[in-house]
Amino acid sequence: MKDENASAPLLQVRGLVKHFPVKKNLLGRTTSFVSAVDGVDFDLRQGETLGVVGESGCGKSTTARLLLHLIEPTAGTIRFGGRTVGSVALPLKEFRRQVQMVFQDSYASLNPRLTVEESIVFGPMVHGIARHVAQARAHALLERVGLDPVRFAGRFTHELSGGQRQRVNIARALALQPRVLVLDEAVSALDKSVEAQVLNLLLDLKGEFGLTYLFISHDLEVVRFMADRVLVMYLGRVAELAPTEDLYTGSRHPYTSALLGSLLSMDPDRRTVAAPISGDPPNPIDPPAGCRFHTRCASAQAVCAKGAPGLAAHSREHWVACHMFDAGSGHGSAPAKAA
Amino acid sequence: MPERAQEILRSPGYWVTVWRRFLRDPVALLAALVVLGLILMAVFAPWIAPQDPFQGMSLQRLKPPGTEGYPLGTDELGRDMLSRLIHGARISLFMGIVPVLCALAIGAAIGVVAGYSGGWTNTLLMRTVDVFFAFPSVLLAVALAGALGPGLFNGLIALTLVFIPPIARVAESVTTGVRTRDYVEAAKASGAGALLIIRKHVLGNVLGPIFVYAMSLIAVSMILAAGLSFLGLGVKPPQPDWGLMLNTLRTAMYTQPLLCALPGVMIFITSIAFNLMTDGLRSAMDIKT
Repeated sequence: MKDENASAPLLQVRGLVKHFPVKKNLLGRTTSFVSAVDGVDFDLRQGETLGVVGESGCGKSTTARLLLHLIEPTAGTIRFGGRTVGSVALPLKEFRRQVQMVFQDSYASLNPRLTVEESIVFGPMVHGIARHVAQARAHALLERVGLDPVRFAGRFTHELSGGQRQRVNIARALALQPRVLVLDEAVSALDKSVEAQVLNLLLDLKGEFGLTYLFISHDLEVVRFMADRVLVMYLGRVAELAPTEDLYTGSRHPYTSALLGSLLSMDPDRRTVAAPISGDPPNPIDPPAGCRFHTRCASAQAVCAKGAPGLAAHSREHWVACHMFDAGSGHGSAPAKAA
Repeated sequence: MPERAQEILRSPGYWVTVWRRFLRDPVALLAALVVLGLILMAVFAPWIAPQDPFQGMSLQRLKPPGTEGYPLGTDELGRDMLSRLIHGARISLFMGIVPVLCALAIGAAIGVVAGYSGGWTNTLLMRTVDVFFAFPSVLLAVALAGALGPGLFNGLIALTLVFIPPIARVAESVTTGVRTRDYVEAAKASGAGALLIIRKHVLGNVLGPIFVYAMSLIAVSMILAAGLSFLGLGVKPPQPDWGLMLNTLRTAMYTQPLLCALPGVMIFITSIAFNLMTDGLRSAMDIKT
């Protein structure tokens, strides 16, 4: 059906930048800002799950919100199915129907004055679907996410548990029949047993509806379980992008290695004693020059403080932004310049 | 479409829950009954009042309460106090409720638009409102009523203008709090426009608190209106109005103190009843979720 886009990425993000003003002068000009997202490029392929990991404040959630234009990007383009979002060919409203989001806070993301059914029906009705059709769809979806419509459709959010609310949020997102679901820490607030159920539900739904996921999480194990490829972010930039197993078994970027080193092994003999990474990320109002990670990087050399490394292909599917893997960068560990 | 075999279970709505909680609060309920009684008294004044409130008997002036034929005495022109107090409820309640409702409509609109838009629109609207907010309400009401000239309608305009700023402030702050909630973001993400989001997702969550705040202003409005009448800026004689009656009776302060206090007592009872009712409504609406 959608063969024409089989090779091209479904969602293409290029040079995404978001600066939040922090201080303004008397004329209202911004004098200092936080660069929450600073030049992020990635592709989301039809049918895959792209995991996004990183510390708090690295720009994961901002990227998600920028993607849906919930906040306006300072710069950058987003193309969906080959068409630029916001252009005549793909108006924002149509794009938003195709790309839906599930938020972390399952309580705050449901209107407390609306019943479950009213919450789900709202989106489809915005897109001109008749109420009774939308209601039938809502009931079918509630059934699908494991909530009996007879018992739950007429309820209010405060009567539901966290897991039930997140199921409602998923049903609401699916009610628009989107192609992409952005899951922004969608399971992070749930307890482990419920989290596992919801993750399995998400996997089932993905196959059933042919969805593509952008799965944002700070939980490395969950991402490994869910994702086909993983994007590692550090201070608003992409550090590494690789297929999941490649990344977890052969990470290149020192930051990724440090993150993975923070995982506790199931085997007590293999547990690391030394902290793999120390300190907090630097202040994003005044990020370090050059490679943003060099202040905390064990392998940092003079070159790292000078120029920011670009995202370069280490192998065909494995992209790294690190001078150590950039031939001719001047870093001691860098491979010799290719002949 | 065939209906489902099983009827969908519906939880009681928010306002049903609020109403049930309100009914369990004896003080608030009593206050609400007093308010209801006052409103009924005002509406049916011509049928309830034992005598004509305009008809004076010059031989029966300033009779104390309990006088034969005049259960609450007579005023300085020999008119029946009871009848005048009953009729006075009409204007007093009108001046309490109507300006607040007008201000609620305008102030809530300003506040919700400012709060939802944020940025420049917010700054422009709220700074303008702040200019009015800078004046003490009594002073503003007196100045406005003075500028517009005496009369019921002008008093109503003056009071409306006085109450717009505080209501707009409250509306703005509540709306700003709701605007950044994820469910509003989710509604945006579903492609809905601002007006639809305001109608479906914002109003339901902000009107309650704004309404409660406005209710608490009814007593203030009544007292201000009484003050305007007292100063001769509101209702004109011989219209019976509690504030005006307080004014005209003040000459008899030393001879008939009880009589003079009666209109004040009515104002007091009414404002207390409104305030207690509002308090009850506020706590009934404060549902922990």
